[in-house]
Amino acid sequence: MTAAGPDVTAAARPAGQPGTDPGARKPSAGRAAGRRNPWLRGMVYLALVVAAIAYIYPFLLELGTAFKTETDAVGHPTNPLPHNWVVTGFTQLGQEDFPRWLLNSVIVAVFVTAGRLLFDSMAGYALARLRFRGRQALFTAVVAVIAVPGVVLLIPKFLVIKELGIYDSYPGLIVPLLADASGVFIMKQFFESIPRSIEEAAHIDGAGTFRTFWSVVLPMARPALIALTILAFQASWNDFSDILIAHQSPALDTLTTGVGRLVSGQLGTATQYPLKLAAAVAMTVPVAVIFFVFQKYIMRTTDGAVKE
Amino acid sequence: MTTRTPLLAAQRRGAPARAPRRGHRARRREAAAGWLFSAPAIVMLIVFLAVPIGMAAWVSISDWGGIGSPLSAGVRAVGLTNYRALLTEPGLPQQDLALSLRDNLYYVLLVVPLQTTLALFLAIVVSRRALRGRGFFRTAFYFPSVTSSVAISIVFLFLFANGGVVNGLLGYVGVRGPNWFSDPSGVLHLILRAAGVSRPPHLLAAHGLLGMSWWGWLAGPSMAMLTLVVLAVWTTAGIFMLLFLPALYNISGDIEEAALVDGAGAWTRFRRITLPLLRPVLFLVLTLGLIGTWQVFDQVFLITQGNPAGTTLTPAYLAYQVSFGNEQWGQGAAIAFILFAIILAFTILQRLLVRERGGGANPWSQT
Repeated sequence: MTAAGPDVTAAARPAGQPGTDPGARKPSAGRAAGRRNPWLRGMVYLALVVAAIAYIYPFLLELGTAFKTETDAVGHPTNPLPHNWVVTGFTQLGQEDFPRWLLNSVIVAVFVTAGRLLFDSMAGYALARLRFRGRQALFTAVVAVIAVPGVVLLIPKFLVIKELGIYDSYPGLIVPLLADASGVFIMKQFFESIPRSIEEAAHIDGAGTFRTFWSVVLPMARPALIALTILAFQASWNDFSDILIAHQSPALDTLTTGVGRLVSGQLGTATQYPLKLAAAVAMTVPVAVIFFVFQKYIMRTTDGAVKE
Repeated sequence: MTTRTPLLAAQRRGAPARAPRRGHRARRREAAAGWLFSAPAIVMLIVFLAVPIGMAAWVSISDWGGIGSPLSAGVRAVGLTNYRALLTEPGLPQQDLALSLRDNLYYVLLVVPLQTTLALFLAIVVSRRALRGRGFFRTAFYFPSVTSSVAISIVFLFLFANGGVVNGLLGYVGVRGPNWFSDPSGVLHLILRAAGVSRPPHLLAAHGLLGMSWWGWLAGPSMAMLTLVVLAVWTTAGIFMLLFLPALYNISGDIEEAALVDGAGAWTRFRRITLPLLRPVLFLVLTLGLIGTWQVFDQVFLITQGNPAGTTLTPAYLAYQVSFGNEQWGQGAAIAFILFAIILAFTILQRLLVRERGGGANPWSQT
């Protein structure tokens, strides 16, 4: 989806450059206005509550309906609370190939995340620190590549995957997702923001480039690596179209393509809302957990600016 | 020149004797390491970005039918046949392309302004320091954008189903909701029909573009397309809210305070101070929105498959359908390139506009 662009900008500003300086802020004019004009304040709160309901109610419905019976789901769609709580949606899910999809999603996400962390940080370090001919050209190419729209590449990627003989295999699902220009960009920006002196000290002490990178630079890059982990995990876990075009056997379906076939009616035409919503809940839980645990990294740009 | 920095750095650390010896060989080693370090990522980018584009370009001008390798000897070049079938020759491919362009155009025209406005509104409200529970609201608004498109699509299929949540809620206020996913009539046509225009004026019916009459182009989005619009706005507003937030925090309290002292009302302050200062971010959000909305694929695949009556077809989905479904790879690749051209045009337009506005010497930048 469109997520890549904005996420990049959000994460490209690693620790140390929070974008704003919270200490330097004057007392807010907004607060003064709020105190002065209670009517405006009321309106803002009202709009906010409406927006919050529009954002939370669908998720409550998703969660509640997953635990409903089929008739309850169809009969009382607007009520997020089930009449009787049942787990048939989830047990049915177990009878589909759900465990298999889950396993495949984990495999893809783990390998893609690990690969991107290694390759992106290495390339980012080279582009930020090592002096070599063609570095500037490489960086320009990386930036240009970020702008290539992903959806346009679906057919082309399929052609190459087929040509390489990795179609319908795990490498076919994983390797194409390792190409990640925005990750390289993020890491390069980060390495440029940390001081050079420590690496130089390591160099003087006789450590080689790889040694310096591995045991001195990478540990310092923890915040950026965590941000990159979240982005890569989320991107590979949620990826639908790239997985779709890289395989045909159902045994290689991930959660997105497996559940996707369930949804687009290829596995029966019944509404089966509890089953489908149970699938939606189950595939959202891992990203949700990661999101809530690492929220401050995801929203770093704004967090730096706000003091509670 | 290049040796100066490390030399000086070394001297500062009190090791002047070592620096010259690190000279040539060290630099050569560093260059080798540089290439070695960037090689995996660069190779990936070449193999899965540059090579595919080249191969697809070839396929789009070939008669490859999906069997064997497109690079094998049996595959012949057919020139611009595929592009002609799509762009100039009347027929089914051209009709489908016209449909997909029309549908996606309405999608873009609705989603981009709506998501930008909503994102700006959410950002302004959430950035108010007087607001309690700011973190909670921010999380709630951002959460849909970390959720997979498949899960969101399931939820929206449920929400907009016949006798589903949305129609149920509409029923409470006495409105009979439409059959969201099966009514192909366009909104503009419906409005015109309500105004008594049920048959197209001759001028609009007789002429057209890409094999579709102007009347057809002016159908407006169907109900099914509107659900996709709502989905997109709902999902992406949170991301763009995050882009607006730092810019909002950067607006100095002094300026706001000064305007307040001058007696400017909330609306005036927003229009005269906030909005102009947000212009760069606004521009970024609009561009990202434009580029993103031309790429809608997942939701079409999952929710509507282009139906009803092709009113939710998009070029991205059409390219997939034509190549993976009908095995007409050349035509599918050609559609992908036409889409690429559209997106590229918007990107270049944005770059040009930024360049025009950028630069300190611009006399108009103060307005």
